[in-house]
Amino acid sequence: MTTISYPTLIPRPKEYVSGVWSWLTTVDHKKIGTMYGVIAFFWFLVGGIEALLIRIQLSGPEGKFLTPEVYNQVFTMHGTTMIFLVVMPLSAAFFNWMVPLMIGARDVAFPRLNAFSLWAFLFGGILLNISWFTGEAPNAGWFAYAPNTEVPFNPKNGVTYWILGLQVLGIASLAAGFNFLTTIINMRAPGMTFMKLPVFIWMTAVVNVLIVLAFPVITVALIQLQFDRLYGTHFFNPVMGGDPVMWQHMFWLFGHPEVYILILPAMGIVSEVLPTFSKKPIFGYPFIVFSGIGIGFLGWFVWSHHMFTVGLGPAANAAFSISTMLIAVPTGVKIFNWIGTLWGGSIRATPALLFSIAFIGMFVIGGLSGVTHAAPPSDAQQQDTYYVVAHFHYVLFGGALLGLWSGIYYWWPKFTGKFLNEKIGYLHFTVVLIGFNITFFPMHWLGLDGMPRRIATYPESMGWEVSNLVASLGSFILGFGVLIFIYNVIYSRKGPKNAGNDPWDGRTLEWSIPSPPPHYNFETIPEVKYRDDFWYKKYPELANESHGGGSGSEEDSHGESHSEPHMPDPSYYPLFLGLGMSIMIGGFIPFTGHWIVCGVGLAIFIWSFLGWCYEPVND
Amino acid sequence: MSTAIEEHVNSTGVDNKKLMMWIFLGSDCLFFGSFISTYLVYRNRSLAGPYPNEILDIPITTVSTFVLLMSSLAMVLAVSYVQRGSQVIGRYWTLATALLGLVFMGFQVYEFSHFAHLGLTPRTNIFGSTFFVMTGFHGGHVTFGVIWLVIFAISRLAESLKQKLLIIGSVFSVIIAMAGTMMTHTLDVIPNIPSAVAYSVFGIGLIGTIGSLYLLKTSDTQNIESIKKEEGNLELAGLYWHFVDIVWIVIFTVVYLISANDGAPLL
Repeated sequence: MTTISYPTLIPRPKEYVSGVWSWLTTVDHKKIGTMYGVIAFFWFLVGGIEALLIRIQLSGPEGKFLTPEVYNQVFTMHGTTMIFLVVMPLSAAFFNWMVPLMIGARDVAFPRLNAFSLWAFLFGGILLNISWFTGEAPNAGWFAYAPNTEVPFNPKNGVTYWILGLQVLGIASLAAGFNFLTTIINMRAPGMTFMKLPVFIWMTAVVNVLIVLAFPVITVALIQLQFDRLYGTHFFNPVMGGDPVMWQHMFWLFGHPEVYILILPAMGIVSEVLPTFSKKPIFGYPFIVFSGIGIGFLGWFVWSHHMFTVGLGPAANAAFSISTMLIAVPTGVKIFNWIGTLWGGSIRATPALLFSIAFIGMFVIGGLSGVTHAAPPSDAQQQDTYYVVAHFHYVLFGGALLGLWSGIYYWWPKFTGKFLNEKIGYLHFTVVLIGFNITFFPMHWLGLDGMPRRIATYPESMGWEVSNLVASLGSFILGFGVLIFIYNVIYSRKGPKNAGNDPWDGRTLEWSIPSPPPHYNFETIPEVKYRDDFWYKKYPELANESHGGGSGSEEDSHGESHSEPHMPDPSYYPLFLGLGMSIMIGGFIPFTGHWIVCGVGLAIFIWSFLGWCYEPVND
Repeated sequence: MSTAIEEHVNSTGVDNKKLMMWIFLGSDCLFFGSFISTYLVYRNRSLAGPYPNEILDIPITTVSTFVLLMSSLAMVLAVSYVQRGSQVIGRYWTLATALLGLVFMGFQVYEFSHFAHLGLTPRTNIFGSTFFVMTGFHGGHVTFGVIWLVIFAISRLAESLKQKLLIIGSVFSVIIAMAGTMMTHTLDVIPNIPSAVAYSVFGIGLIGTIGSLYLLKTSDTQNIESIKKEEGNLELAGLYWHFVDIVWIVIFTVVYLISANDGAPLL
């Protein structure tokens, strides 16, 4: 190709091998995944501290530790942080790391777009949390119900920070969603048909379909709320014909698929961990896969169960009650399949497996309490009580986070080439599981006893003192468990690189390459014949038709040895596009001179957009 | 120079970028679907005038709709020429598409300012809120399409990157001036920027655009590989452009044709 001279206006990164710039300009899915994980873990600590502040405040009656206003800010930011800045990006870290490795690809479909998602996520999180330093953090709950979020009731800028931060995070998630869907649909190794995909990849696909379809809805709702707040429109203003219930519909039309966005990645991880440590193929693969799809599909028809007490009428309530109960069917199918996978297996109780088993147990508890508020009459009692808090912490912490921790212990050797210390891992598991149950189980009683959510204090002699104190003590045990995990990571860094390619006798393609993988992942793109292909390559005598095999080509795929594959060049523009976009969107917050900030962001945005378009990058 | 990503197997036979464009369009359906649903839910619920029947001017919007439809025709011709190898003619049709898109945006700027003049702003009533925000974001989509098409067109019409940046910069200033005019007229959110400033930015941008287009020279520095890649990119822009066009047909039907007679609510 004739080389075109590019002016200094659009610089190209040198080949940074190490140092800060090698991370800032990277388009490698593994580095991006690592950064997702590290940043999300940082926010996990922030959100955890917010949780501890809440528990200190509620440990006794008439708590004076936080003022009611600060308490509102803390619980709002705790929820928002844990959902958008912790569970989603931690899942994204696994998507980034594992999707190309498990489907036998060298990178995702759009490496620069992938880097852009990461930076937009980082800056979106920062934008959201800047509000702490201006003293006006969001205070209206993670669901931001209008009209409580409208200016007359909430004149400070907190909700505006929340809206705009979520917009940036939404753009990050959407970009990642397009990218991963394209990657999964189009970049599977030869022979890897859809029914041979690892279950984790299937769940990733379902999650990203949900992201791609659910986030536009919240984007529009946030735009409308922002216009209401900043420009005086009337979308949710009943005085002028608007309707606050419209916000609830739009929020939960996004919000309920969102909870499946949070839980399905963990379900995918568990479906990888259990077979490996039971030395059995997953039990009922098609059932697990179609149940995941079923959950993703039904998840669109249940949103109004968050609104049973709004008064939508018996017909709507009955319909949404039935659809909600229906979701328990595919979920139950999955749980039986996981148990069936363990049944009769030769089980190795590593920390990864223990976390997966704990996931099943805790998720069943959370799922069952979920079914109890699928019935409108019973939900009317539980609405806005601590019973609901107990329910969603059992599915989000006991479910999603334990599942993600299982994935961390499972894939850590692949990420780093080193094992996380197993003994410390057992301790971490034990302390977290005990602390978690001591924290959240009493909340069931508190809720049934009528303690409302989101109250900053409660009077003495309500009979809530003991349970609250126990929950607060439990939360510190839980926090200690997290510290043990951090210690484990630091401790294990000193360990030897002895993981090898395949430390767990794994089943899927990522275990066929070195740990940590070279930057091009696969020297030769593997050819896939079976579900759990790597397992049957190792143990060909076990292969038979019933394991999804049959249609692949017989001959070995090791062709001529390749020279090192050429990977996409690094680029400055994902970083600056994300930065410019976030500054521009942040510039809508009405502080003095905010249009100047917006303009600066726009300038960076346009410059990096043109750089993105015109730099000769090959993705 | 082919890369590892490109030489990778392609499981479905559909190009990665095209597949992603379809996924994006699916997502965008939900985006506009939400706006249109909001509009329909809030139809006939304005508590103060002006009401749609006092303000909507179907003939004028029919003209702008026609312009947008014709831009789709130009788009089809552009894709067709480029795919049949007439690179330069295809580029000019692409520019024509972008120009028609800008004309459509001009109608929207006029419509917004005119409505504001008649007393309808997003603040006036719920019809104003839903109307301006929905059509405004549609206009934003058209604008993005214009930028994309211009970038594509000059990728082989402009000789140097400097000239490309000059053209893009001019187009951006036209667009920013138009967007600024819309915002100042309907929302008053940009204080102290008189319309004279907006008009001069607009004028400078327009002169820059016309001047730099006049100076265009065909560049032939790229090889067959990159031409193939560009064909794919134009097809993507085409998909996007037709989608935005279809959305406008829905909006035109819902807002102008169906609710043109909506007056004060019957209480």
